[in-house]
Parts: sequence; structure tokens; C-alpha cells
Amino acid sequence: MKIGIPKALYYYYFFDKWRYFFEELNIELISTNTDKKILEFGNKYANSEMCLSLKIFLGHIAYLKDKCDYILIPKIDNFGLNEQMCSNFSSLYDLVNNLFDVKILTYEINHQKKKNEKKGLFSIGLQLGFTKKQLKKAYQIACLKYHKQLKRDMMINFNKLESTKKKILIVAHSYNIHDDYIGKTIIKNLEKYNFEIIYSDLFNAKNLSHYLSLNLYWKYCKESLGAIVLCKEKVDGIIFITTFPCGLDSLVNELVMRKIQLPYLNLIIDDLDALAGIETRIESFADIIEQN
Amino acid sequence: MANYYIPANYLIKNICDVEIIEAPFITTQTIELGNKYSPEFVCTPFKYTLGTMIECLDKGANMLLQFGGGCRYGYYSELQEQILKDLGYKFELVNLITAGKINIKKIYKIIKKIDKNFKVSKGLYYLYITVNMIKYMDKIDDYIRQNIGFEVEKNSFNNLLKEMLEKFKTVNNPIQLYILYKIYFKKFKKIKINKPKNCLKVGIIGELYTLMEPFSNYFLEKELASFNIEIKRFTNVNYLLFDNKKIVNKALKKSKKYMKYKMCADSSTNVYWAKYLGINKYDGIIHIKSSFCTPEIGVMPILDKIANDYNIPIIYFSFDANTSEVGIKTRLEAFYDMLEMRRK
Repeated sequence: MKIGIPKALYYYYFFDKWRYFFEELNIELISTNTDKKILEFGNKYANSEMCLSLKIFLGHIAYLKDKCDYILIPKIDNFGLNEQMCSNFSSLYDLVNNLFDVKILTYEINHQKKKNEKKGLFSIGLQLGFTKKQLKKAYQIACLKYHKQLKRDMMINFNKLESTKKKILIVAHSYNIHDDYIGKTIIKNLEKYNFEIIYSDLFNAKNLSHYLSLNLYWKYCKESLGAIVLCKEKVDGIIFITTFPCGLDSLVNELVMRKIQLPYLNLIIDDLDALAGIETRIESFADIIEQN
Repeated sequence: MANYYIPANYLIKNICDVEIIEAPFITTQTIELGNKYSPEFVCTPFKYTLGTMIECLDKGANMLLQFGGGCRYGYYSELQEQILKDLGYKFELVNLITAGKINIKKIYKIIKKIDKNFKVSKGLYYLYITVNMIKYMDKIDDYIRQNIGFEVEKNSFNNLLKEMLEKFKTVNNPIQLYILYKIYFKKFKKIKINKPKNCLKVGIIGELYTLMEPFSNYFLEKELASFNIEIKRFTNVNYLLFDNKKIVNKALKKSKKYMKYKMCADSSTNVYWAKYLGINKYDGIIHIKSSFCTPEIGVMPILDKIANDYNIPIIYFSFDANTSEVGIKTRLEAFYDMLEMRRK
């Protein structure tokens, strides 16, 4: 059996755990890197006002639809009252269900209604014909492996703060930083200069976000703001990466930019055809950092 | 928002001792002000409210109240406060709803701070009147919307509405309010209308602020009325404050084919309403929203599918601070022509 997982949006938050979980159950997972073709697919299905990340997501679905038996799309509503999600995440399932003719596996994450990931994965497992005992074992192993890996990644990221090189914090959602088409091209550009690159999504600092914004109620924005609070004395500059037109970033990043006293660069990405423009901006930003 | 400032003012004036500065009606100047200081791709209501806030502060207000919940609305106040403080204004901004939940304790504390003589019983009494007032206003609004396109004498509906709202401001108890409502409802029914039997019927759905603030949609409803179209609009304050949960549950039950989960803000109810319009053989659907409204963008493909399944035309309007009025009028006219031709 093959399950397709689009490498966009929630992929970057859940895939590692899913990989270990489905590995235990002997299910093959399929996903592909984002490239120009995927984006073209996405543009075909997407509405013109959708954000670039969502367009990429739809492109992945279009690519996966004939290549697997099921596609896994959870509906993620919130992780508690003050940890809500972007509204796109809560309409993904219905969007795909109406646009494409594919079989979808789904579960709901809504901590306010006591629906969490464990229950969701169990319901999927039962639907696919596994026993509860198998699922329990697989889930335990997946959790163990996942946390080990996460801890290691976070340690690496945290240790970068002690480096003697100039340090730059990249603030963006995971699905933008680690995307092959958006984030990685920018990071490749940055690697030309002698900088230490620190990712905002690899900290466990969401409790610190209230130093910058008291009423913030989006989970992943909280995490990146917490990272800013944690690192602001140690880094030399911040780069914000936003896909056009991201609803949350339009408000939160604006607020942060008004409050911090560090040099920052705000990259809004619509279509990477204009790569030369971004290169120049990064270059001039690098000059500023090096002169400071 | 439209005429709803009247019940809001009424409530605040009666429960605590403050001077209220009425927000001026939105004009192009307001939008320019808001647009100037707003971030680039924030949704349009942010720009409108920011513009209005600046105008109020210029008039001398030192405390601003805001109700925001759901999607992005809930986070507006914090950024707006920062922007206004950077501009050098001194004031207090209070957001009464945090993370989509009404915080009763916080509201009580704020009222106590403003007015030390505040009594809960008095507050609840006037709250009850206000709630009823909103309900009556919505009922009358519904009637007006269905008939305003066919009035014989121009502006007769609007003039009577203004008169009624003036009277509403002075009521003291629920019974008086109820009597007033009954009297005026009769008066509205007496207004001469010239309504053909099978006129065109169009439903309006979409994002709530754009729907309810007449300026932001360039008086789209009035424009429609001038084409002699009967209008059905579902969203009103009554729905937002009191019936929301009930209707969302109903929507999920009735349109299982199109959606499985509850979606953010009003998008799931919009799906249900689109389906309702399709089943009841309306002539068309108009979907309006402000630019970059994420929840609505997410459901637009679903609405497309419904329109396809029920063979009902649908048109999308997206309003921004820079949208030109003429462009909207032209599109609306073309839509109207198309509806007429379909009838024949």
C-alpha cells in the first residue's frame, strides 16, 4: 500500500513522526520535492489569491493523485485555545476533496474538543485494517524516534548561537524555510557569505513570545516570535521570509519589525522568477551585517 | 458598521457614564488614511478600522473599544495599537474578545474602571434591551432589503428607517421598544411598492465586514436594488452573536457532500447558504469579500463546484482600498444582463 504525503504545509511539522509510524506498519510513503513543475500544477488548480504555499500544496496533490492509493490530509484546527492555526489548515481536506477525485485519509486535530494526533492516527490505522496492539507499538516507537531526532536538531541549531561567525536568524514558517523552491534557494544564496544560519522553527521557545506580543494566538507564529526573543541579543540580523499573501505574517511580522532594534530584511516571495532581485537584496543586507 | 453603531452606543451610554464620540461615516479620506499606515497585504477591514480610529482620535477620543474574534480580526487590535502609538497618539485600546472567546471577567473589570458606580443588574437590563433592538433591526432590515428595489417613491424606505432609529435611541424599557417595532413594521408594510411577481432574486454571501459595511462594498446592495432585484442576505449581527453555533452545526449536517469539517470564520456557513440558494432556485449568487481574506479564498473552489452542480451563476467581488467603483459597476451590469438573458 502507498500513501502520498504532499511535501508542503503540514508535512514539515508531522512528517518525521509519520515516517516512523508508517515504517513500523510496512506502509510506503510517497512525496516529492517542490520544483517548477509542481508550482505550475498548483497554479492550474489554485485560485489567484491563494498564498504561494497553498498553491505549492495543490501542485503536490496534483502530482500525487495517480501515484498512490491514499493521500493523507489532516484537518488541523487548534492545539488549545491560544494555539490556533492558519485558516488554510482547517479547510485543506474539503478543498482537496472538492477539487480532486482522490481517496483521502483524514483525522482532526482539535485540542479544544479533545481530538489529538494519537487518536487520529489510531483511527486511520484501524481503517486500514491494523489491530490496536500493532498501532500502539508503532506509535510508541515513532514517538521515541521522533523526539530523539528533534532533540538532536534543536541542539545543533542552539549550539550555532555560540559560534564566532556573524549570525543570522531566519524567521519563517517551517513550510517556507525548508521548502526546496522557496527557502532552500534563499539559503543557498546566503551560504555564499560567511554566516551562521539559525532557523526560528527549531527552538522550543513559544512561551517567550509574550515579550513581543501579548495577545498572539497562532501556534507557529508564537514559536518564531519566541525564537526572536531568545536570540535577539546573540544574532546580528534577522531575515523574514513570507509567501505572498500570508495572512498571519502580514500582521505579526509588521508588529515585530516595529519592536525590534536589529537590522532586518523582509523578503516577500511571490514567484521565484524574480530571483535576481532577491539576490541583490541579500547581498546588500550581507554588506550591512558585515559592516556592523 | 452600518446602523449597528446605534445599539452599541445605546448600551454603553446607559450602563456607564462616558462621553461617546461617534465614529464618522467612512469616506475615501478614511480609507486613504488607513491605507497609508497599514502593512502591505493585510485584509481591507484592517485599513478601514485603522482609518476610522485615526479620525476618532483626532476628534479627541482617549479610549477605543474593539470587538474582534475569529480569523485575523482577533489580532487587529494589537498591531493597530502599535501603529497608532508610533504615530504619537496617547490612548487606551481595549479588545473585548480574545482568541475568539468573550472574556466576561475582563469586560467587567474595564467597566468598573471607567465607572465606579456600575451595577451588574442595570448592565444586564440594558444588555437585554440592546439584544432585542438588534434583533428587531435585523428583521426590519431583511424586509427592506427584499423590497427597496421596487419602491415607488424614492428614498421612502431610507427616510422611515432613519426616523425609526432616532426613536430607538430614546427607549427605556423592552415593552416600549417592542411597541415601537410593531408600529414601524406596519408603517414599512404600508409603503407603496411596485413589485412584479417573478422578479430576479439574488443571494449575497461572503465575508462579514465587507457584507455589512455599506461603504466597503460601494453600496453594492443599493446598486442591485436599482436593477429591480430582490436581495437575500443571511449575515447580520444577530447571526454573528447569537445564532452562529446553531447555524454552523446545521450547515455541517445539511451539506455533507461538500464539507466534512467546520472551517474557519464564516466559510462553512457560506457553503451551506450557497447550496440553499441553489436548491431554492435563486437566479444568481454574489460572493463578496475583502482582498486576501484567507478563509473565503479557501472555500471559493467549493462554491464553484456547488454553482456547477446546481446550475446557478456565481460572481466574485474582491474589495480593496484601491478597487475602482466603475469596474465593479460594469461587472455587476454584465452579471445582471446575463441573469436577464437566462430568464428568457
